[in-house]
Amino acid sequence: MTPKISARDISVFYGAKQAIDHVSIDVDQDNVLAFIGPSGCGKSTFLRTLNRMNDTVASARVTGEILLDGEDIYASGMDVVQLRARVGMVFQKPNPFPKSIYENVAYGPRIHGLATARADLDALVEQSLRRAGLWDEVKDRLSDSGTALSGGQQQRLCIARAIAVDPEVILMDEPCSALDPIATAKIEELIHELKGRYAIVIVTHNMQQAARVSQQTAFFHLGQLVEFGATSDIFTNPREERTRDYITGRYG
Amino acid sequence: MPMDHTVKAFDADIGQLRGMISQMGGLAEDAIAQAMQALARPDPALAARVRADDKAIDAIEAEVERLAVRIIALRAPMAVDLREVVAALKIAAVVERIGDYAKNIAKRVPLIEAANEGGGHRIEPISLLPSMARMASDMVRNALDAFAARDAEAAVRVVHSDAALDDFYDSIFRTLVTYMVENPRTISQVAHLLFVAKNLERIGDHATNVAEMVYFAATGTQMADRDRGGPDKDIR
Repeated sequence: MTPKISARDISVFYGAKQAIDHVSIDVDQDNVLAFIGPSGCGKSTFLRTLNRMNDTVASARVTGEILLDGEDIYASGMDVVQLRARVGMVFQKPNPFPKSIYENVAYGPRIHGLATARADLDALVEQSLRRAGLWDEVKDRLSDSGTALSGGQQQRLCIARAIAVDPEVILMDEPCSALDPIATAKIEELIHELKGRYAIVIVTHNMQQAARVSQQTAFFHLGQLVEFGATSDIFTNPREERTRDYITGRYG
Repeated sequence: MPMDHTVKAFDADIGQLRGMISQMGGLAEDAIAQAMQALARPDPALAARVRADDKAIDAIEAEVERLAVRIIALRAPMAVDLREVVAALKIAAVVERIGDYAKNIAKRVPLIEAANEGGGHRIEPISLLPSMARMASDMVRNALDAFAARDAEAAVRVVHSDAALDDFYDSIFRTLVTYMVENPRTISQVAHLLFVAKNLERIGDHATNVAEMVYFAATGTQMADRDRGGPDKDIR
């Protein structure tokens, strides 16, 4: 099977400092891929190369290539706005727009021209909120502000917002670290349901979470990809000493 | 292990678990040696003590279970730690079974004496059994030493040594059958000795199981079939 995303020989520099050191990895369509590693290991930086989020950092420079369905996303003709619709992102801190729940979800499809008629937009908002597991909780108050929701609901609203533009890949950067265990469980259940429909890459500090939600795990350390393999192998029988020391709590 | 856990209490828990397994193993070895001594002398009082002491092994097994469950619940062990906790849990259950076999040998001591009809006719094969018992007991000790040292190669050696114990059993089996044929009056006594030999053979099988778990805990892979003995191993 051809990978959804194929990253080849990626290095990232912030000014003179090298944050990612020649990393190559494939993202499958049907799997959830987890990035783990200690703070500063480069996992978030690498995640952000996958939809060119690092473009927003002036000093950042990326070398190597990232192919989305075989197409280099760093090629000069690439429409970055379009790219970020295809490769959506959910951040650590829920960041809904200071607008209504409805508008949070409808905004993306509207600017991308995915739905213009009010009825189509309504249907798309409902479908997205349903897929994000939030519809039943908010269907009677769609005009309330998105920022009035609980943290866990806000995060699911952000996922609904990402889903609404019909992405192919969803990148999640520590999506549960600001949430309580119940809200976390809901997000994890959601990730499980979204698997297969979207390729999902998640960065997490919580190794139990990586073990629970992903089928593949990549361990980063000091900007290098140390080990990449089936999650069940990484957590029961890692090949590399550095991986073992990290996941068993012997790091540092 | 390359280094300690960042959380020191985790190391303490694992250390305690390993300590209990060693302690259980030591008690099981003692039980085998004392049961055989009681048989050889014969010494029914010592046999009774072996039976009573088995409760201590059972108690440690329950302790191991409690601690292993606590470690899994509180520390969420991963990789080598997880394998080690799971192995400890399984090894404790196996060592408890080894203790039961020793207890069963001790139980037979008064029965063998009763079957002897007070006739002073103690049969000679009894003298072969202590050597077989030493071999079985060595396997138990070597398997548990391999666990303590996390030594996969030592575990493979234990598995290989089971063939010699099985040969020993076959030879004793033939000898005892010959006795029964030649002198039917010894049948009930010899039948008990046959069970003693069988118990020792089973102790070797259990030591082999322990060794296989040690191998898994140390390497993360199952021992290859070729290291596990021949295909006819289970039909005895």
